[in-house]
Amino acid sequence: MTDQASPVPLRGKKTGPSWVPSMAVQRYILRRIVQAILVMLLVMVGSFILIKLAPGDIVDTLAGTSEMSAERMAELRQRYQLDQPVLVQLFYYMMRLMSLDFGYSPFNNAPVLDVIAKRWPVTAILVVCSVTISMAVGTVLGVLSARNAGKPVDLGISVLMLVFYATPSFIIAILLILVFSVKLNLMPIAGFATIGSGYTGLQYFRDVAWHLAMPITALCTFYIAIYGRIGRAAMLEVLKLDYIRTARGKGLSERRVIYVHALRNAMLALVTMVGLQVSALVGGAVLIETVFGLNGMGRTAFDAVFQRDTNLLLGVVFVSSLGVVIVNFIIDLLYMVLDPRVEIK
Amino acid sequence: MSQEFFKLERRTFLTGLLASAAIPLGLMPGRLYAQEPKAGGVLTTPAWPAPSVLNSAISTAGPESFIGPKFFDGLLGYDFGLVPKPSLATEWSMSEDGTRVTFKLREGVKWHDGEPFTSKDVAFTFMEVLKALHGRGKSTFAGLTAVETPDDHTAIFVMERPNPAMMRALDSRESPILPAHLYEGTDIIANPANTRPVGTGPFKMAEYEIGSYLVLTKNEEYWDTGFPLLDRIVIQFVPDAATRAAMLESGQAGAIFLNMIPAQDILRLADSPEFEMDTRGFEAMPSAQQMDFNLDNPILADVRVRHAIAHAIDTEWITKNVWYGLGHAGKSPLHVDQKEYYTTDGVPEYPYDLERANALLDEAGHPRGDGGWRFKLTLDPSPWGTESISASAYIREQLRQIGIDCTVRSQDSAVFTTTVWTDRKHDLVLYTVNLGTDPTIGTQRFYWSKSFSPGIAFSNGAHYSNPEVDELLEASQVETDPEKRREQFKKFQQIVMTDLPVMPITNISGANIANVKVKDHTPDALGALGSFSRLWIDE
Repeated sequence: MTDQASPVPLRGKKTGPSWVPSMAVQRYILRRIVQAILVMLLVMVGSFILIKLAPGDIVDTLAGTSEMSAERMAELRQRYQLDQPVLVQLFYYMMRLMSLDFGYSPFNNAPVLDVIAKRWPVTAILVVCSVTISMAVGTVLGVLSARNAGKPVDLGISVLMLVFYATPSFIIAILLILVFSVKLNLMPIAGFATIGSGYTGLQYFRDVAWHLAMPITALCTFYIAIYGRIGRAAMLEVLKLDYIRTARGKGLSERRVIYVHALRNAMLALVTMVGLQVSALVGGAVLIETVFGLNGMGRTAFDAVFQRDTNLLLGVVFVSSLGVVIVNFIIDLLYMVLDPRVEIK
Repeated sequence: MSQEFFKLERRTFLTGLLASAAIPLGLMPGRLYAQEPKAGGVLTTPAWPAPSVLNSAISTAGPESFIGPKFFDGLLGYDFGLVPKPSLATEWSMSEDGTRVTFKLREGVKWHDGEPFTSKDVAFTFMEVLKALHGRGKSTFAGLTAVETPDDHTAIFVMERPNPAMMRALDSRESPILPAHLYEGTDIIANPANTRPVGTGPFKMAEYEIGSYLVLTKNEEYWDTGFPLLDRIVIQFVPDAATRAAMLESGQAGAIFLNMIPAQDILRLADSPEFEMDTRGFEAMPSAQQMDFNLDNPILADVRVRHAIAHAIDTEWITKNVWYGLGHAGKSPLHVDQKEYYTTDGVPEYPYDLERANALLDEAGHPRGDGGWRFKLTLDPSPWGTESISASAYIREQLRQIGIDCTVRSQDSAVFTTTVWTDRKHDLVLYTVNLGTDPTIGTQRFYWSKSFSPGIAFSNGAHYSNPEVDELLEASQVETDPEKRREQFKKFQQIVMTDLPVMPITNISGANIANVKVKDHTPDALGALGSFSRLWIDE
């Protein structure tokens, strides 16, 4: 999705970032919205058909764990319209969706929106924190190692990156639990906050931070390595360019050259990574959510697939893809801020 | 009319009178209260999977069975050995012909919302909910034609025929009493009270976040004066077994019940002085691992082939290595915990003997062909827990040794149940199941020809049909003389183990593992499937 606003150098003409959307930008936004709706429709129909292709339905799942009579099963199938042909079910679903009715999750015995309302913040916090932290730490490490290319610092950072890159996040998660919870008894293992604590305000914030510290760390490591490596490569590339020599020639401090002149340019590559990381994390956090007993979107989608809870799965897909589309849109706009040469097509 | 059955009734009738007043602590068995219980404290326990509803009247699934009894009471409770004891019913008696059972109900009991509990609730629950919607209740209470309510504190069960199994199905997990004033005239399955339970039990709903956690608080007005002892119970739904074990190990959880962590973790933690394993309190849910032969498969229809397969599988090995010794090798369609009826007397056994297995297959006309294979079979292990999947790997290798080209199909739960019980595309199916407090309730369904019903999971998947067995099962459904009933089930075990439509693998011994500070979680036969009203924390 990020290819919509690829950097296009415009020779001779420089346009600064404009904070008032021009006609072109407005047209662009409109086009992106239409595109987003189409993409989401496609994703929803695709998911619907995929889950219907799998044998069994939610009544089979329910009957597998709780004994049921044939009449009860037939009654439930009728209740959830599972006795209709798949295309009819899809039609009904889409009609309901038009009025933003996401239906009912039979497994959770609650409206899909109620279930998702409790769960999207968990994933949103995990994603936002881990993206921010991994990008910040990764960038700093990348710059450090680029500045010291070939020196022991660079080597040390590279080895660390390799370890982070090669260790699956759930192994880091389990190690963190063993060390900080089981051995040292410092950190809470499972859950989003202390249950029934009645904390509010700052106390609640601290409690949540305490609970999410380990999951966020586990989610970060891999991406710290990615940002670090991309950052290092991009910095080395940029530092060779003429304008850096010019900047140095002007007598600017090394700090200014690196952090203002070079880094801004190198950021373009890193920002591209953010879009990919967000998309990967929304669904990919399922392992971390599982290990730390967090009920986020990844875990919900995972369970919904196995329970054949079509309504819930589609609800998650809808909200997640909406999130991904929005983030990617913001990133495209960010390009324009970072690189004034980027212009809207 | 059963004399012994009635005697049992009378004995509990007396205890019933004593218990109908508040139970003074001094009357409780000394062993259970070696220390003076302390009130207060919070129990945190991780569980998985998360429940779909919060009562066990409309769902017989595991999580519902664990959670429901904290909110709801049954008419009866059961002491160790499944001896009935009073709960919402304080006295009970049966008519001479066994078709009328009169329950005297406890007075002054209130629902969590303050409404009084009456016989109307009992009549409504049995007739409209358990008979209609409960997975096992439909057959357990099939002959129940009416519940008469002459006054607010008397409920008379009127039955077409005697129903001895019913007296073992009246506890808070199997038959919880629901509030008629919230359910009557509503769509019961969709009633919001299913996730906001209002019971008469020792704990009330405080906070519920679907799929994440559940907080229960003490019911200050519980009829059992002085109980519950805990202030709160926090049940946290944690999908990863290693995380659940780590919670217990680090002290962030007090106990893990009903084998919700793998056997090797239970045994590892039990070695530490900090934790205590308890295998009592599983009589109400005797679970077994067993393997059905699909008799519609012409190869498996030959009893010699089934015997050969039984000789090739060392059930002791599976019990020791897959279940880590927490169980007994299966020797009967019943569970050893169904003490009254379980027997191995005159019941054929199939000791591990590959030579014998090979000989039986040769005799059955399946000589080894290309590559030494006699024929192909598929084995479907159930996806719940890891034990059936692990055992299936062993079984596959064993069958290969006697020339059966066995393939294991691993499937998710919806595919598994559809393949086996709806489409009947299976040859061998390995699963774990609850055999019921009474064979009529939980065991009969695998062997009775009338419970062959494609589309229904855990029905007669073998498609076994033996008129003699049907006759024995049907006779035992209404037999009130315990001696005669024992004889019927003895014959049943002998015949079924000869025909072998289902191969018993392991009688599972359940286990709870708790921090030593957590006391008395298992005061009776229901154990963790009970109310936890007597559970206390020694701090």
